[in-house]
Amino acid sequence: MSDPTPRSHASVLSRRTLLVSGAAGAAGLYGLRASGASGAVPTSLVAEAAGTVTFGSNASDPVPKKATAAVLAAFAKKTGTKVQINSVDHNTFQEQINTYLQGRPQDVFTWFAGYRMQFFAQKGLLTPIDDVWKSLAPNFSPAMRAASRGLDGHYYFVPIYNYPWAVFYRKSVFAKNGYTPPTTWDQFIALAKKMKSDGLTPIAFTDKDGWPAMGTFDILNMRINGYAFHVRLMAGKEAWDSAKVKAVFNQWRELLPHYSSGALGLTWEEGAQQLVKKEAGMYLLGSFVAQQATDPADHADLDFFPYPSINPKWGQDSLDAPIDGYLMSKHAKNVPQAKALLKFLGSAAAENIYLKTDPNDVGASNRASSAHYNALQKKAAKLIAGAKHIAQYMDRDTRPDFASTVMIPALQQFLNKPDDVNGLVSSIQKQKKAIFGT
Amino acid sequence: MAIDIATRVGTGGARRGKRAVRLSGRDRVTIGVMAGVPLLVVGGLIWFPTIASVVLSFTNWDGIGGVTTAHWVGTENYRQIATIYPPFWPAVKHNLIWLGFLAFVATPFGLLLAYQLDKRIRGSRVYQSIFFMPVVLSFAIIGFIWQLIYSPTQGLINNLFSDPSHGPVTDWLGNPKLNLWAVLVAVCWRHAGYIMILYLAGLKALDPSLREAAAIDGAGEWHAFRTVVFPALRPINIVIIVVTVIEALRAFDIVYIINRGRNGLELLSVLVTNNIIGEASRIGYGSAIAVILIVISIIPIVVFVWSNFSEKQA
Repeated sequence: MSDPTPRSHASVLSRRTLLVSGAAGAAGLYGLRASGASGAVPTSLVAEAAGTVTFGSNASDPVPKKATAAVLAAFAKKTGTKVQINSVDHNTFQEQINTYLQGRPQDVFTWFAGYRMQFFAQKGLLTPIDDVWKSLAPNFSPAMRAASRGLDGHYYFVPIYNYPWAVFYRKSVFAKNGYTPPTTWDQFIALAKKMKSDGLTPIAFTDKDGWPAMGTFDILNMRINGYAFHVRLMAGKEAWDSAKVKAVFNQWRELLPHYSSGALGLTWEEGAQQLVKKEAGMYLLGSFVAQQATDPADHADLDFFPYPSINPKWGQDSLDAPIDGYLMSKHAKNVPQAKALLKFLGSAAAENIYLKTDPNDVGASNRASSAHYNALQKKAAKLIAGAKHIAQYMDRDTRPDFASTVMIPALQQFLNKPDDVNGLVSSIQKQKKAIFGT
Repeated sequence: MAIDIATRVGTGGARRGKRAVRLSGRDRVTIGVMAGVPLLVVGGLIWFPTIASVVLSFTNWDGIGGVTTAHWVGTENYRQIATIYPPFWPAVKHNLIWLGFLAFVATPFGLLLAYQLDKRIRGSRVYQSIFFMPVVLSFAIIGFIWQLIYSPTQGLINNLFSDPSHGPVTDWLGNPKLNLWAVLVAVCWRHAGYIMILYLAGLKALDPSLREAAAIDGAGEWHAFRTVVFPALRPINIVIIVVTVIEALRAFDIVYIINRGRNGLELLSVLVTNNIIGEASRIGYGSAIAVILIVISIIPIVVFVWSNFSEKQA
């Protein structure tokens, strides 16, 4: 619950104002509880005006909320179908998803690609939308299409945007000190050492929230062991106490001396501030990091490079680029209009409207216009398009119970006691066996 | 009403036996409502969930598709919690440290404040208000306030005493050896004020002649406090003990707001929440931890009830 992969700048803001989001979360929780409780009411009893489609949204923060509303308004205008939006606080939506889907969910709702979507498809809580995809397929790359299918091969998901995880830096800092973006591990470590001698914190790193460390594990595992192994490991099909996983932690240990001091007490926003204030040289994070650069000049000074290669066999062929999008619930009341809405959401027109209002992400559709992209967006789009494999981030690629109750504490334990890798991986393996049952 | 019942028993109750009492319809409704409503509330809101938790703790259930989809796993959850779940034993330890700290540091400190303020020093009311203020804040807000103080790079302490942008910083919130104590200081800030008010009420109610008598008998201040004042405060002391134990066992909000109760701030209540609420949905597993917490909570309750009753009988 506590490991929301942030995906919009506004959710960032809410997390920074802990107090406010806490209060909003509590309020939202009550809302969802109530809807869960009333879930016993047969759906047929709920009068639904013809021509209305309901939409459950986790886009609670200003920018994504506005963007979502703009897209839905365009749909309503085009088809004459009324769209009823129910927005719930982002984190609360995520935490209550089990209750939500079993209660009285809206016809169409926001969610993520990856295991987090496939799990609910498998549990029979979603409607397959293969017929919608018949016309959508040409709009999306094979990777996007694969990410939209459940484990049973049917389509469930319509992607709207994604964003890459990469190493962010300030162009002015690199120019002033004569640094060049590293492409190999040795260059990366050498650069970190150079930065340290120049009085910088080489790599901003923060893990108070628990989820940011997952990004480093993901990328190191993909660089060292390859994407296919990473996916199998996340799916519970590989052992965690193998030499391959140990190699990831051993490689990671080399980075620790270059990290921010007090990393486990810092939020990712504080890490982003270190980068913005030129105290830190580099920061591995999703592109939402740019939202912490509120001054346009700082924002324009940000750039990124893909994570350096470690094993030449894989090079820089994969990355985390989580995809957000839409699903249709199992007992949707207005099936034809819900499908029409999903079809619209997968169109280039919807995408363009969304990204115009929320320019912090990259469009998922390959028909979306990139004309109005800023430099960072253009580069992000190129990075994603050029990647051979795209992962969804640990907390979306594996079972949520495993990610939150096992991996978050385990990664924090590694950061505290980096030398006991054997003990750590054997503990993870035991818990993995208990949770996955294999 | 007593007479009414008695006469009816005398006239018509013979056939139903000696103890049978025939009540009028209105009596029945009254008794039914007065006993039934609390019974339903207690049964539905306390006993039903408690028993359901105990039953669920022997199952494996992801909360999807009705309770019939839960698998019976016996004591497997308990075995896993005790053997392979790394946060469990730290959580038990932290709950005990929490209890010890409240009992031996925060509570005595509150007592000290109360005792000093009871002396009618100048500005006593101002001090009272200052010490009591944190009590009106929720722990979630206290957690938020103290994060502003403890944050490694942006916090007050590190910025006052060092330059966090250069060199290593003291990680008050992220170092698992430090953060529990840092949080306990924040907890003490609130708890001491709470205890102070309770004791202050007790001290004000104390008969001043007791202290005068002790002074005339030549008892020093500490001696008088130990042998006269403190024992006379026994009823308050029992309340204080109960409050302290409850506060230690229900501790949750402050660590949850700081880092979701991980990395040195594990508590049993947080483990229950982290497993059950949210996408994790390990209902059976979380229930087993909840049952362990119930068992631990029952111990002080039994001791309290037992000592209270045995005292009344004596």
